[in-house]
Amino acid sequence: MFGKNKTKSKNVAKERLKLVLVHDRSDLSPKFLEMIKGDIIRVVKEYAEIDQDGLDIKFTRMKRDYDNTPVSALVANIPIIKVKDNCR
Amino acid sequence: MGIGKAIVITSGKGGVGKTTTTANIGTGLAMHGYNVVVVDTDIGLRNLDVVMGLENRIVYDIVDVVDGNCRLKQGLIRDKRFDGLYLLPAAQTKDKTAIKPEQMVELVSKLKEEFDYIIIDSPAGIEQGFKNSIAGADEAYIVTTPEISAVRDADRVIGLLEAYGISNPKLIINRIRYDMVKRGDMMNVEDIVDILAIDLLGIIPDDEAIVISTNKGEPVVAEEKPLSAKAYRNICNRILGKEVELLDLENNEGKLSKILKLLFSK
Repeated sequence: MFGKNKTKSKNVAKERLKLVLVHDRSDLSPKFLEMIKGDIIRVVKEYAEIDQDGLDIKFTRMKRDYDNTPVSALVANIPIIKVKDNCR
Repeated sequence: MGIGKAIVITSGKGGVGKTTTTANIGTGLAMHGYNVVVVDTDIGLRNLDVVMGLENRIVYDIVDVVDGNCRLKQGLIRDKRFDGLYLLPAAQTKDKTAIKPEQMVELVSKLKEEFDYIIIDSPAGIEQGFKNSIAGADEAYIVTTPEISAVRDADRVIGLLEAYGISNPKLIINRIRYDMVKRGDMMNVEDIVDILAIDLLGIIPDDEAIVISTNKGEPVVAEEKPLSAKAYRNICNRILGKEVELLDLENNEGKLSKILKLLFSK
């Protein structure tokens, strides 16, 4: 009766906002981000086989664990398929 | 010298309540007995004067002060209703380039010798006027509303402030409509704080009393009853280091929505 089953419009707003902010925040320097990405991939690849399609590196803002101060952070999500044998 | 604290009120987006917030925080702190000056840096689009109800008393403005056309004390308008409260108005006939950031730094440091709090109203946007407004500030308060556009702009401003060396800005969420939040049609406080990841200073409900008090040129914070007045008083108390719980919007709904809630609670 009160539209409980419909998607709440605030959730739509939140999702759209999150997406646009990921773009805005990394917009500062896409080139810089690409350079970092390339370097990180190269380094990690020396130790493990990674899923390059699932790779996600972005600028975001979060609270620092030990004192809750907001900081800009580079968050890298690197799915590892297999650690190389000689690194075990 | 230099004992006062300079706080810039900024938002990126226009029309979210920067000027109203500046007027109410300034007035609220003065009501606590502090010496406060509210500074309008929106050159060409001055408005803090009318929100404060002091528009008829302007002789000189911020550009006159910075250019040395008058002494600092001549540029300050004393608010006769509240002891210790002063306004430094923006210039209306010049443009944003009339002041340089270095001049703002110097002006604010002079004001710090005279006042406990310097509350600086920032113009909308992120250009020269914005840069001027933050130039002399020690701290920044970001005003936003629960709208996607306002939150996005707030995020941008937070990033810029950090780049200019003002870290740890605090957030004020304005114009919250509890009825809409409740039915899921407005982002709530938690949603916004989550996304922006900065500390919350306070929340202000959407309140007709603000419109009415602005019509009259009397900051709402001085009134006893309106919920928005209470919200601004809470913010002032937090600025002064007191721990105050967040306003409980739920128990302050209008009578109609309370009746509706009773009717439909089952």
